This record gives sequence, structure tokens and C-alpha cells, in this order.
Amino acid sequence: MGVYILCLVLFSVGLYCMLRKRNIIKIIIGLIIAEYAVNLFIVLLGYRMEGRAPIYAANQEILNMVDPLPQALVLTSIVIGLAITALVVGIAMRIYERYGTFDITRINKLKG
Amino acid sequence: MKENLIPIFVILPLAGAFLISLLGKRIRGFSDIFSNIIAFLLLALSVYSVFVVNSVGVMVYKVGMWSPPIGISLVLDSLSSFMLVTINLIAFLIMAYAANYMEGYTAKWKFYVLFLLMLTGMEGVIITGDMFNLFVFLEMASVASYALVAYGTEAEELEASFKYLIMSSLGSLFILLGIAFIYGYTSTLNMADIANVLLQKGPGNIVLFVSVLFIMGFGLKAALVPFHAWLPDAHPAAPAPVSAMLSGVLIKALGVYALVRIFYSVIGSSPGILFVLMFLGAISMVVGVFLAIGQWDMKRLLAYHSISQIGYIFLGIGLGTPLGILGGLFHLFNHSVFKSLLFLNAGAVEYSTGTRDLREMGGLKERMPVTAGTSLIASMSIAGIPPFNGFWSKLIIILAAVQAGHPIYAAFAVIASILTLASFAKVQKYAFFGKLNKKFKDIKEVPVFMRGSMILLAAICIISGILVIPALSRFFLGPATDVLVNGTDYAKTVFGAIR
Repeated sequence: MGVYILCLVLFSVGLYCMLRKRNIIKIIIGLIIAEYAVNLFIVLLGYRMEGRAPIYAANQEILNMVDPLPQALVLTSIVIGLAITALVVGIAMRIYERYGTFDITRINKLKG
Repeated sequence: MKENLIPIFVILPLAGAFLISLLGKRIRGFSDIFSNIIAFLLLALSVYSVFVVNSVGVMVYKVGMWSPPIGISLVLDSLSSFMLVTINLIAFLIMAYAANYMEGYTAKWKFYVLFLLMLTGMEGVIITGDMFNLFVFLEMASVASYALVAYGTEAEELEASFKYLIMSSLGSLFILLGIAFIYGYTSTLNMADIANVLLQKGPGNIVLFVSVLFIMGFGLKAALVPFHAWLPDAHPAAPAPVSAMLSGVLIKALGVYALVRIFYSVIGSSPGILFVLMFLGAISMVVGVFLAIGQWDMKRLLAYHSISQIGYIFLGIGLGTPLGILGGLFHLFNHSVFKSLLFLNAGAVEYSTGTRDLREMGGLKERMPVTAGTSLIASMSIAGIPPFNGFWSKLIIILAAVQAGHPIYAAFAVIASILTLASFAKVQKYAFFGKLNKKFKDIKEVPVFMRGSMILLAAICIISGILVIPALSRFFLGPATDVLVNGTDYAKTVFGAIR
């Protein structure tokens, strides 16, 4: 149970960073933290206490195995996360070139 | 072996993106011709798929020959082929337009690569039958669209792209979390199998929570009103073909289609969810149009109207009656046609005059007759003036709302329609009628491909009203409506189609 609460805390920290911080880099870090919290949650879904890898071999009976599918999903989702992180850092660098600041309250050429 | 048709929808644009990224820089004009050929092939294939689905029924393709509950499956049913036709029709015409429009930008081939990647993602979302695969394709389309919004790398574009990226990624996180919960509850990822397991297990609190996560996530992608803040920045900032694509089809493929598919075919629609969809739809409809009416930036005004029109689609589909769903889907098709046409018009005006501010324009009718004429047709379509297509779909939605016992929503739809008319009267008056600004005395009409695709879209606006005539709707709109009306019978049809 404790691990799930850690997951929730991590997600909340990420969400807080994304919503409340004014520095672009901190917002990006918040996004990454929230992403990892979700990834951690997916891995936990397939985890079993004292479980073993689900590799089939002759003369062996597997009683308690870890679900391998969530791990495959997390691998995919980490790769997608990497693509997004690379893109957003690139955009942040360009924003710094244009505006000379990372403060989102001073990056306001668009009016809502 | 007709199901071998299905993966081609993903392979073709993906291969195109790959080849253009290899050769586009070396060979002049390769990217223009090649990507237009691919878009045309996709359009022809998707029209063909409508006929195939009508004759053969639902088709399932097993990726890597693993049969569905274990492997990934691609499913093509009437709703999918309806969406494929919509997307590929718009994508083909926009691609032709971009051949002229994107001349002003450096590295045009990069635009085509990203555009084809976005197209791959959208087609993947529509034909997939697997929950996690849907997420992967959704992210693919989203990442390409973030890069396309920032394409010009000016200050405003970067700012809009950053805002769009952060909010949309948050939406994706909610979707991923929802998928994780649904996997934990049903221990399967195949959509048809999830529907089966949920029918056996019955509704639980987890399903309710997952529904909320999906409404937040896909609602962000579709720009429903509490989640709409990114759209009016992101859509105007992009180059015109990209804005037309984003507003015309991206928010529908990633937002509306995915949400509707999951809520009708997988989770099963309950009165509570339908109420939420209708309520959000009605709010978006009214708030979007009120925000639009005061705008002076032409593309920004159009972007706010996208929010409002998405509201109509959700109101129609959320009614849950066959007539309402028919109206919603028909409005989805019509909105992609006229909204992309309006964005292309705005792009044409910007191409010739270099401004998007309505106050600086005026009298462009004399210098740009094609743009002015097509824009008049599109404006009348979106405002709901007979006999253009927008009138018929709005009429069906309003009638369906009254028939289903929601006269208040119908009244909101009428009010929003009148305000839409008012704001497009403003666009026409300031941009195309009135006195010609001296600054623009010697501007020229736009080049031939831009004119051609605008004229074709305008022609579709005029004639596509006939799609609701029963003899024609039996082929195209009717079967797509039936898929949603039948709801979770989706599982049965998919498993029945596996051979």
C-alpha cells in the first residue's frame, strides 16, 4: 500500500510543479516527474511479491510470476516520454533565445 | 484476404515520411509530388474501404498473426471508414494547398515529414482495436503536431507550442493512467475483450473513475470547454495548412472519435456519462462562440469557433438517440470541411496581404475573388444557412435534442448558431466587403493549387448536404451511426469477424 501512496505523492508533486511554477524548466521537470509516477504505477500493477520472471523452461512449474505486459508498456511509454522531453527542451531553448527569460509571466505575447 | 487492406493506412504515410526524410533534401520537388501522391492514394483507399465494409462487414487484422485477446488487432468497421474518409479527404486537399503555401518557409520537406507522421498517428488511432496501441498512435500524432505548431520558430509560435505541449501531455498522462486502471481491472488491453469483461463484471467504482480520467484526457485533446485554453493559442500560431489540419481533423480524430469509441463501444454508455457529454457540449457551444465574437485576429476567431462547433458534435452524439448520433457525425464531417476551408482562406489572405488583423483588411473581394467567394460559402455553411451542409447537420441536432426531451439544449444550439452568424457577418464585412485598403492595391490572387483546393472544399460544402438523403446515408452515414447505436455489441461483432 505504501508504494501506491508514494506513487500518488509523486504524481501530485509533478502536477503541482506544472501548475504553480513560473520557470519553464521547473514546469518541464514537473511533467517528467508526473510521467514517471504514472510509469511506476503501471509497473506496480504487474508486480507480485516473491514473484519470478515468466520464462518457460522444461521440468519447471511456475507458480507465482510477475505479469510481463506492464513492463513492456512502460518501456514504450518511457520512449514516448523521452521524445516529448527532447522536443520540449528544444522549444524551451528557442524560447530563451527569443525572449531572454525562462519566466512564463514575462513570456506573454499571446493574449487569452 | 480483404483485411490486408487495413495496415496499409498506417504503413503508407509512415513509409512516405521515412522516404521524404531520406530523399527530400537531395531531390528537388520530390517531397511535394511524393506526399501528394500518398495523400491521394490514402483518399482512394479509404473511399474503397467504405464499399468493402458495406459488402463484407467488420474486418479484423491480426498483427503478427497473434489472435486478438493476446496480440494487437486492427479493426475496420463503418465508423472507422467514415472517419478515414473524412481525414484523408481533408488531408489530401490541404496537402495540395501546402505545395504552394509552404514555399515561403525554409526546409519544406521537414513540413511534409511531420505532416505525414501526424497523419499516420491519426489513422492509427482510428483503425486500432487495442487500448495501448491507441495511446501510442495518439502520442505520435500529438508529438508531430507540437512540432508543427512551432514550425515557424517565431516567438509567438514557440510560446503557443509550449503551452499546447504541456497541457496536451498532461491529457495524455490522464489517458495513460486510465488505461493502466482499466488493465488492472480487466487484465486485458484488447478493446473488444475489455468490453466483454466489463459486461461480465458489471460496473464498478473503478469504471467510473476511469471514465472521469478519459473525459479529462480526451476532453483536453478535443478542447471541450473547461479544457480549451490551449486551442486558441496553438491553432492560429501554426502555418495555415497546419491550423486547418489541427482544427479540421486532429481534434476530432484524437478527441471526439477516441472518446466516443471508448464510451460507446468499450465501456458502454450510461445516462450519467451521456449527461456529462451533453452538458460539456452545450457549455462549449455557448462559451466558444461568445469568446469568438470579440476577436480581431482572423485565425484566432476561427479557433474559438472550433471550440463552439466541437460542442455541437458532442451535444449531438451525447443525446444517445440514433437521430442525435447521426446529426453529430454528420456535423463532424461538415465541420472538418468548412473549418479547414476557412483556415485555408485565412491563410490565403495572410499569404497575399501579410496580415491577419481584420481591422487592416477590407474590400479584398475585388482583388481576391476566389478567396472571397469560397470564404462566403464556408461562412454561410458554419453559420447554418440553407442549403449549405452546416444547416442540415445543425437542424438534425436541434430536432434530435427536442425529440429526446432536451428543449433547453436545443435553445442553446439555436442561440449559438445565431451568434455564429453574427461573428461571420463581421468577418465578411471587415475582410472582403467594404472599401479596399490603399496598402493592398496591387495584391494578387493566390497561386493555382491553393485556389484549386479552396474551390473543391467549397464545392463539397455545397453538395454534401445530400449525404443525409436516405438513399445515400445508407452507405456512408447510416452504418457509422449504427456502430454507435449498437454500443457494446462491438465486442460481439469483432470476435465474430475473427477467422
